[in-house]
Amino acid sequence: MGGLTSLIRRDLTLAFRAGGGAGQGLAFFLIVTLLVPFGVGPNPDILAVVAPGTLWIGALLSALLSLDRMFQADFEDGTLDILALSPIPMESLVAAKALAHWLTTGLPLTCLAPLLAITLNLPVEAFVWLIASLAIGTLGLSFLGAFGASLTVGLRRGGLILSVLVLPLYIPTLIFGARCVSLAAGGEDPLTALALLAGLSLFIVAMTPFAAAAALKVQLS
Amino acid sequence: MGLQITLLSCTRAGRRILHDVSLACPAGQAVRLTGPNGVGKSTLLRAVAGLLPLSAGSVTLNGTDLSTDRDSFHLQIAYTGHLDAIKPQLSVIENLSVWARVFGSDRLDETLETFNLTKLADRPAFACSAGQKRRLGLARLLLADRALWLMDEPTVSLDADTVAMIETAIANHLGTGGMALIATHLPLNVPGSDFALTPASQAPSDPFLMDRL
Repeated sequence: MGGLTSLIRRDLTLAFRAGGGAGQGLAFFLIVTLLVPFGVGPNPDILAVVAPGTLWIGALLSALLSLDRMFQADFEDGTLDILALSPIPMESLVAAKALAHWLTTGLPLTCLAPLLAITLNLPVEAFVWLIASLAIGTLGLSFLGAFGASLTVGLRRGGLILSVLVLPLYIPTLIFGARCVSLAAGGEDPLTALALLAGLSLFIVAMTPFAAAAALKVQLS
Repeated sequence: MGLQITLLSCTRAGRRILHDVSLACPAGQAVRLTGPNGVGKSTLLRAVAGLLPLSAGSVTLNGTDLSTDRDSFHLQIAYTGHLDAIKPQLSVIENLSVWARVFGSDRLDETLETFNLTKLADRPAFACSAGQKRRLGLARLLLADRALWLMDEPTVSLDADTVAMIETAIANHLGTGGMALIATHLPLNVPGSDFALTPASQAPSDPFLMDRL
């Protein structure tokens, strides 16, 4: 356990040091979401309708932004070789990496989302559901991303192919997440959508470390 | 006991890199792998580390077989490649202490001392010279108490004093019954023998490969 927590701490330290890019995802989320009123016009009623989808797509894209570095840096400097030979199973390692990714992208943007929801005129009663759905959903996004990152780790400039690979896999999370928020905004019961989202995220968290670990082992050989 | 490599073959991208390589390394000895570039020294080290799949042959270490019992095999080896596995943004001590926790080691101070890194402990790794980085990369070997050290060109970019220091570290490791498999072009004064990999030990590439693709 000590080894895993120290690896997560190392990833967090690296993210917050120079060139780590911890703030980039957050700034990207901010800008993408603030661009929408310029595109669809300042009508508050229209903004309220598109707010759930906008916030969720913004979250999705900013989670994607730093994915390609998840294993790439460790692969390039030889760290992944050493980790593969360590007593820590590759599956736990993938889970630790994905968790560190969520802590530096998903969690901060979940905290920022209510602030942006105000600018998009999202009804106040939907705020709790927005926070809950983003917190649960982005965890799944980070783990799905880990799977995508493990497949493209050996490729130079694999960022684009990673996006093409991972974005379709994000669709179910997007549907349930955005639906949860828009149901709450419309005064309906969003609990079913949130439960389905949570189930989906749990499934992703349980399955992807095994798939990603298998992919990484092939990449190292 | 010791390391036993028997008729090992290894294929990469359809090309046979190693063909029927056999060598033995008894406890307390080192084997220096020599041979021209591209002959398969690094491949052999990666294969023995279990990073590359073997296409034939076996590797056993103190009776543990790599193919059948990977986990206990890995608990007996320490590998250092030609990359140092260092994060430039972290300091020397931060780099090493992460590895100490990963390998469950309590020998951090001792390791810093042995590799003459104590004075550099708080220096960011990006500010270290190539030789200092190499020392930091090699220091990882000592953290975990492992019987077999697999080293790929350990003394590249090191000055004479540091080479002597590495030789002492290896000799101490061998003195406690350890083993080392070292790919090197440079002379390295450690107890043990040389094993020359020659291009002849590689079979020609599979002539039917293109038909099957």
